[in-house]
Amino acid sequence: MTTWIWALAAVVAVGLYLSWTAGRLDRLHARIDAARAALDAQLLRRASVSQELATSTLLDPAASIVLHQAAHAALQADEDHREVAESELSQALRAVFAEPEQALALRAAPGGDEALHDLTAAVRRVPMARRFHNDAVRAARAVRRHRIVRYLRLAGHAPFPMAFEMDDEAPASLTPEGAPQ
Amino acid sequence: MRIGIVCPYSWDVPGGVQFHVRDLADHLLRLGHDVSVLAPADDDTPLPPYVVSAGRAVPVPYNGSVARLNFGFLSAARVRRWLHEGRFDVLHIHEPASPSLSLLACWSANGPIVATFHTSNPRSRAMTAAYPILQPALEKIRARIAVSEYARRTLVEHLGGDAVVIPNGVDVSFFADAEPDPRWTGGAADGGPAVIGFIGRINESRKGLPTLLAAMPAILAARPGTRLLVAGRGDEEEALEGVSEEVRRQVEFLGMVSDEEKARLLRSVDLYVAPNTGGESFGIILVEAMSAGAPVLASDLDAFRQVLDGGGAGELFPVEDAEALAAAAVRLLGDPARLAALREAASRHVRRFDWETVGADVLAVYETVAAGAAAVEEDERTGWLGRLGLARD
Repeated sequence: MTTWIWALAAVVAVGLYLSWTAGRLDRLHARIDAARAALDAQLLRRASVSQELATSTLLDPAASIVLHQAAHAALQADEDHREVAESELSQALRAVFAEPEQALALRAAPGGDEALHDLTAAVRRVPMARRFHNDAVRAARAVRRHRIVRYLRLAGHAPFPMAFEMDDEAPASLTPEGAPQ
Repeated sequence: MRIGIVCPYSWDVPGGVQFHVRDLADHLLRLGHDVSVLAPADDDTPLPPYVVSAGRAVPVPYNGSVARLNFGFLSAARVRRWLHEGRFDVLHIHEPASPSLSLLACWSANGPIVATFHTSNPRSRAMTAAYPILQPALEKIRARIAVSEYARRTLVEHLGGDAVVIPNGVDVSFFADAEPDPRWTGGAADGGPAVIGFIGRINESRKGLPTLLAAMPAILAARPGTRLLVAGRGDEEEALEGVSEEVRRQVEFLGMVSDEEKARLLRSVDLYVAPNTGGESFGIILVEAMSAGAPVLASDLDAFRQVLDGGGAGELFPVEDAEALAAAAVRLLGDPARLAALREAASRHVRRFDWETVGADVLAVYETVAAGAAAVEEDERTGWLGRLGLARD
């Protein structure tokens, strides 16, 4: 009789553990979704601020064309090419703002201060959002690698989470420590 | 934005994390946000209106010293009530990996949670053993902040994942605008007797006062009349044990100083020396010294090297090397041009630590995690069911 009670207790405990792990995974997937949406929003924001700046005539024509091209490509890129397109936008921004004088000149132009402020905020938030996203991906992967999760397919149909890899280094003159006085 | 902040250490005890939380809350309130801080405090401590007491912290031996912590059923209930009443858009937890109020908050909440990791202690045995229990709570954190690149590295090594680096903030203008005090002002700029400053608990050997005192004879030999001002709590006789009469005459103890006095002291001295021997993850005092325009000479710890911009904004000497400290101090005090250059470099470098910059960064993190997410709520899964699951993990 006691054997049966113990067996029943074990079954209940295993069931609870499985249900708890499934709930934990579910929460991790929700966290990834939120982080991915936030990253999307920040990338879109950066690309559209860049595009606005490129069409504003506040920059010289050559810089405008480079920036517009990169921003346009980033906005239009499909999922497979997005990491490359966004990295190229980072490189274009670094090239345009390579000289601190560019940031100074932009700040002096009418309406330029506001544009510079928006762009500074955008290039700071992209790396933040990306770190938070990749951190969530790492946490979910750690749980999904457990043998029991894999054998019992506790992750359901959720796709295996992928990190978002890109070059997100901000132009030095758009960071608080590198900003020209 | 409605922001809930959890401070794990007693509000009535001064400390780096408490000051950071207080300044952050002040800054956010000034910007018009709705802020509530949950912190342990004695019942009779007067608290600012935005602080909610989580009850008294209990002294417990932990990790080699006695820590004052909150845990148990009553604390958990208070955390839940605070979360329930606060309806926060963002929950900001400090030091979540210690067995404290912060861990309880992390455990009982769900939603946009931000956490700041302050220390960079080597991983303890207790942490290793508790890892499977901690992990499910810590993986709820949506955004991690480390206070320095060094703290971030430790965090990545111990817990995996990644964090953004946002340094601790300092009210730069408070220090930059302080009035120098003639009693403490040195004359190194025009070849007169110099004044060296030191701030920190004087009997705690990791603050490094013994190294500085050991360097004093050599400094006095090269620059007679140099004075050393020491501000901080502690037993003066114990600190001066074995120190020669000649050096004793030149050392002045100021005891505990207020924030205003500290700023005036840092504005006055010719050189600020930080001879710490380890255990630092940030070094806020160096930023305060730099804000006040005091040239800094610090031991070459990872955290200090980083705060001093790799040596660009202040000079470094090998840790616990009194001879090197003396040589560097003598060289600097005899070189007014170099002192002026250091002041200039430091005042440029501290801009990144100003609350304007730091506060904007912290808010950017809040907005990144809160955008489109539901508000913070209590975690319904942490009843007996969750605990059973945790115990079997």
